[in-house]
Amino acid sequence: MAAVTTDTPTHAVRYRGLVARRIVILTGLALLLVLSLAVDVSLGPARYPLWDVMRTIFAPSSSDIQMRVVIWEIRMPMALLAITVGASLSLAGAQMQTILANPLASPFTLGLSAAASFGAALAMVLGVALFPAAVALMVPINAFAMAMAASLLIFGLSTLRGVTVETIVLLGIALVFSFNAALALLQYFASEQALSAVVFWTMGSLTKATWAKVAVTAGILLICTPLFARRAWALTAIRLGETRAAAMGVPVKRLRLEALFLVSLLAAVPVSFVGTIGFIGIVGPHVARLLLGEDQRFFLPGAMLCGAVILSATSVLSKAILPGAVLPIGIITALVGVPFFAALILTKGRKSW
Amino acid sequence: MVSLALEKVSARYGHRQILSDASTPEIEGGALTALLGANAAGKSTLFRRIAGQLPGAGAVRLSDANETDLRYMPQDTAMSAALTVYESIILALKQGGGGWRLSASELASVDDVLHHFGLGDLADRQLPELSGGQRQAVGIAQTLVTRPKVVLMDEPTSALDLYRQYEVLDALQNYARETGAVMVLALHDLNQVMRACTTVMALAEGRILATGLTLEVLTPDLIARLYGIDSRVERCSRGCPVMIVDGPARPAVR
Repeated sequence: MAAVTTDTPTHAVRYRGLVARRIVILTGLALLLVLSLAVDVSLGPARYPLWDVMRTIFAPSSSDIQMRVVIWEIRMPMALLAITVGASLSLAGAQMQTILANPLASPFTLGLSAAASFGAALAMVLGVALFPAAVALMVPINAFAMAMAASLLIFGLSTLRGVTVETIVLLGIALVFSFNAALALLQYFASEQALSAVVFWTMGSLTKATWAKVAVTAGILLICTPLFARRAWALTAIRLGETRAAAMGVPVKRLRLEALFLVSLLAAVPVSFVGTIGFIGIVGPHVARLLLGEDQRFFLPGAMLCGAVILSATSVLSKAILPGAVLPIGIITALVGVPFFAALILTKGRKSW
Repeated sequence: MVSLALEKVSARYGHRQILSDASTPEIEGGALTALLGANAAGKSTLFRRIAGQLPGAGAVRLSDANETDLRYMPQDTAMSAALTVYESIILALKQGGGGWRLSASELASVDDVLHHFGLGDLADRQLPELSGGQRQAVGIAQTLVTRPKVVLMDEPTSALDLYRQYEVLDALQNYARETGAVMVLALHDLNQVMRACTTVMALAEGRILATGLTLEVLTPDLIARLYGIDSRVERCSRGCPVMIVDGPARPAVR
């Protein structure tokens, strides 16, 4: 019988093709990231030839001390922080969108960035240290404490009975306005010097990058990513709707709480180091969704890579636009990100969100 | 033989008692059982209670099956995720556990369920592009891909056209026969019920009024109590029982 062999899994073959395409896309994103990192390190106010930069990276002892300091103590931490912060904010946004079933959810729209700005301003304007033990680090620590407080508030309220995902998102937007008003009040009473510090902080900047900040943000990514990865199937199923996911055996409530907690950490720490970089948390996940779909096995690494590539490329732009100057990266993400994002949605937008 | 029986099962949402003392004799697998009841009679609550999603008094007795063999298909079919139909069925398959890798046999079972429910052409389509009826069919495939022994489906045919209703109920009957599964379907079309379902459970105001063979239980009197409708069950020219609706029930009966 050579007639019909219905048991040939033709769809499975096509699915394997889809998986292969996605692996190619992920690899491409990773290569793009390496390229962007290389360009980022080679650019800066001091013009060094690319060859010298590479030599300083791979054989530091052969370069003079000034070059080593510029590359290893200034440019490398900045370039790497762009990557860890971009990946963290994008992953945080991706999982917020997943568990809250809302395309607008991100560290920015849920009020975490606004809370962090307010915390930082408390330190810069009033000199208030929320943890007096660490006065030297009071700006980032205040920012972190306020961002964590905001997300724990959202986290706590989401455990109440009858609180829906829509309520959580509305509450986040209410937080944005409240913290912005409080911040404006602080700015009104601030000295000129403090005011300019606050304004610069809220623009978002990588210029205060250190190896310690790179290590902390990378460490948090290393802790959170495997925890999300282990729940990849369940997180994907949540996107089929709460009831359907529950019917498939997903512990929806518990998973949502766990994810909200991880997301709080992922968002609060980078924001307290670099200030307001609003757009990555929304654009990163949406680009990843358009490229790779929402199977978390691809979406999870994809969202991180997209966020990292976007912020790293933005860092390159922030140095390239005005030679000799480094523009605040938060401004560039919005200026370049918005038109790019709009174009992407309008040209390639599927019906999913 | 797989079977399901309820013993004084209750459930409440907050202060509202939705189900009280729902009991049934053993419902045996291998054929379809219809769960009948007016809107808000408690059908979805009963399903969720049996599926273990709601707490409450009483016992759900399964024989020859345990809770992991049970699948519940809720009514809501909102699917805005950027997933293909194929991926969404893999997803249902992998919730039981297992790592990121997909084995050949897992992929084969996805292909199999797509084939059985006539969804082959939709395999590569994105969920948000589907019509309501197509989503419902995908939901059925998601529910059955794990080969469950106890299946609860909340209005599985409500968005399907006549042909698809027939096709889907036929496929569900075949599934029940092949696997011996207990399959309880909440349905509203009583003629479909008479054609496809061997057994009927009738639910009104959170209580089970009757459970039994379709043609014995589905009397004009029961239909009047369930839906407030006067009706007749008559034989058509080919001898099949057909239900004819006459109008709202007389007050005396309600």
